Amino acid sequence: MTLLALRDLTVRRGTCPVVDHVSLTVDEGEFVGLIGPNGAGKTTLLRGALGLLPSLGQSSLLALAPKARARAAAFLPQGREIAWPVSVETVVALGRAPHLGQGTEAVDRALTRMGLEPYRDRKATELSGGEQARVLIARALAQEAPLLLADEPVAGLDPEAQLRTMEVFADLAAEGRGVVASIHDLGLAARACTRLVLLHRGQVVADGPPRQVLSESNLADVFGVRGFHAETPDGPVFQPMGVLR
Amino acid sequence: MKVLLSLLLLVLLLFAASLLVGPAGLGVGDSLAALFRGEGDAVVLVMREIRLPRALLGAMVGAVLGLSGAAMQGYLRNPLAEPGIIGISSSSALGAVLALQTGAAAMFPLALPLSALSGAGIAVLLILALAGPRGGAMALILAGIAISALAGALTSLVLNLSSNPFAAMEIVFWMMGSLADRSMQHVWLAAPFMVAGSALLLAMGRPLDALTLGEDAAASMGVNLTRLRWQLVIGTALAVGASVAVAGAVGFVGLVVPHLVRPLMGARPSRVLPASMLGGACMVLAADVAVRIVAPDQDLKLGVLTALIGAPFFLHLIWRLRGAEA
Amino acid sequence: MWACAKVFDLTLVLALASAAPALAEAPGRVVSINLCTDQLAMMLAAPGQLVSVSDLASEPQSSSMVRQAAGYAVNHGQAEEVFLMHPDLVLAGSYTALATVDMLRRLGIPVVQVPPANSLAEAVEQVRIVGAALGQEERAEWFATRFETSIRAARIAGPRYSAAFYHPNGYTTGSGTLADEVMGLTGFDNIAATAGVTGGGVLPLERLVMAAPEVLVTSEPYPGASRAEEVLTHPALRAVQDNAGATLHTDADWVCGTPLIMRAINGMRRAHIRLDCKDPGNWNSKMCRLDAQ
Repeated sequence: MTLLALRDLTVRRGTCPVVDHVSLTVDEGEFVGLIGPNGAGKTTLLRGALGLLPSLGQSSLLALAPKARARAAAFLPQGREIAWPVSVETVVALGRAPHLGQGTEAVDRALTRMGLEPYRDRKATELSGGEQARVLIARALAQEAPLLLADEPVAGLDPEAQLRTMEVFADLAAEGRGVVASIHDLGLAARACTRLVLLHRGQVVADGPPRQVLSESNLADVFGVRGFHAETPDGPVFQPMGVLR
Repeated sequence: MKVLLSLLLLVLLLFAASLLVGPAGLGVGDSLAALFRGEGDAVVLVMREIRLPRALLGAMVGAVLGLSGAAMQGYLRNPLAEPGIIGISSSSALGAVLALQTGAAAMFPLALPLSALSGAGIAVLLILALAGPRGGAMALILAGIAISALAGALTSLVLNLSSNPFAAMEIVFWMMGSLADRSMQHVWLAAPFMVAGSALLLAMGRPLDALTLGEDAAASMGVNLTRLRWQLVIGTALAVGASVAVAGAVGFVGLVVPHLVRPLMGARPSRVLPASMLGGACMVLAADVAVRIVAPDQDLKLGVLTALIGAPFFLHLIWRLRGAEA
Repeated sequence: MWACAKVFDLTLVLALASAAPALAEAPGRVVSINLCTDQLAMMLAAPGQLVSVSDLASEPQSSSMVRQAAGYAVNHGQAEEVFLMHPDLVLAGSYTALATVDMLRRLGIPVVQVPPANSLAEAVEQVRIVGAALGQEERAEWFATRFETSIRAARIAGPRYSAAFYHPNGYTTGSGTLADEVMGLTGFDNIAATAGVTGGGVLPLERLVMAAPEVLVTSEPYPGASRAEEVLTHPALRAVQDNAGATLHTDADWVCGTPLIMRAINGMRRAHIRLDCKDPGNWNSKMCRLDAQ
């Protein structure tokens, strides 16, 4: 089943299109990595699709009323803001807001999934940056929406937390949900995502399996780098190797 | 829940204290009995017409100031937001003074609260425009200073131009606030606006919880931010406007109270709101009892006391934020 | 008991005053910058001697001599404008406009400062002080003597009633003041003085309510609104007024310790008579029959 369908989605800043006629569908079981250099329009695409920015074109989420939309898609924003010294459990439970606060099991599941059980009663603002990021991911998980949109979920995490997070997202996809995450680390994206969407100047320039999207020409044209690919017993490996320009 | 009940109990105790403390030095039993007696003797008059409205207004003014402070802080995600500090009270005072000096309030009593709440509403809108959620503490404080200074200057101007020699002397009332010699008329004038404003502000609880994680997260969880903003603007305008119209600008209540009750309520905005309401009532009732004990025969302004408590708090908060932002 | 006091007829007094000749050494150009010295100067100065009076002298709320003040130039108590009037003498209060007074003295202009009168004796004395400054000793003596006689004649020895002053912001007047002496003279006990207020002070509304005065002396509201005056419409104060035998309004006549205070004294005397006449035993007295007409 299709969880997200964008057609000719365009978001302008002034007259300049930041997201330019993007068409895209995300199905159940997909973990889509949204990649592209800084300013390619990744964040704007996610926010436009959710209706957080005014846009032209169509997004299946925009057809829904705000409450229904919140049950259809969870969003993890890039800015990791926890304004008040509330407990970890309270933050995670906020994810149940679209469900009128019902479902404490969902909160427990999300805490367990992110390895946060020991932190349950700690003040979220007193945790380290990486731990806070995990708390916020848990909040999005607690929403238990079929689709999860995450903006830079692994930025600033230590390697273990990065790998665990990508694993959680891959598991979600494996369970039949859909995940779209913007990611700068192409190596992580190549290993965990079932599919990559490459954005450049607001347009989709490539969409498909990681190996195909991270082609030599795409890397050169869009990122200005060359990379190294290898298949290992542990899965595919990709590493950017050098700057071309 | 336990905290809320304790606060409620404290409100009732302070309310009783407010009824029992006064320059006339009446006996406890006599004065409480007078509240329920029918005769028109002097004790009844003192209790029903002087102390009862004073105690009621103390609780009401404190409640809406505490609540407005908590709501503004929740919305702006900034513990320094407070109606007095950021110029909402002084703009409201300007509105009230204009209604009085143009004679509008004399022709049409509702003109006083309506004009005061318009002043408050304009100030909230200005603050949101100048220092919205992304503006940060510095922008908020600077915008507040500018609005306070402008509103204060215009209030002084209007009062100085008045043909009434007493008008110029009451600048201090509008700046500091007082509950002295208010009557039941003031209670009835302010109550409907305060109730409506409080209802709007209390209903902001759950959306404000979601807003803890930022606007995008809140919006993606189904919070209607536009509606929330108007709820804040109208709610604060009604509550603060009505409060200033009858009691002047009592400062710092909305700063101190949410700060004190926040740790008790697990810092959740939805729980801080009602606690701040009760806490605000406690603070103003206590301050108003104190002004009558400290200086029974002078009209010591309520705002003097709240500022003496509040300003050091404010400095403390700035100090802590400075550490956090560095 | 209600000896009808011979009280100043001011119009007559003022007419007499203008007829008297000025002494040779008297200052030729006098400017007054204080409301109360304005009054004394207008009473005592020879024609042409007084050049200017303060702006307050033409404000009916505070001045009892608005009509007379119209005949003089107006000053606002600013050193510059007063200096440009080339006065030989400036009359000022002793607590107000101190900077102006200093400046005028530095500019070489003689200034006589007249302290506010806190008693009727001081009020009489000030007639003589201002008279001397103006070089009108003879006329001042005549005024002062008449003033003293009227005060003596105004004393009421009958029953004493409780009374209180109640002004905007709950301001009242206690012991050691001119107003308190006026009350005492006309047969009233000042509640504020009993409550221990000395000079001017604040009497909390609830203390006033508990004291339940038989006469309430309050102020006429000024035009334009003020929150300070709101207390004068407080329901509790209304109730005090309803229970009191009479409510008087203080006006310009109360402001200064000058012979014009006699008008205030007479107002209080009438209030006393009205209270006396509430007693059925007095209904047939001549005074009450006069009062009822």
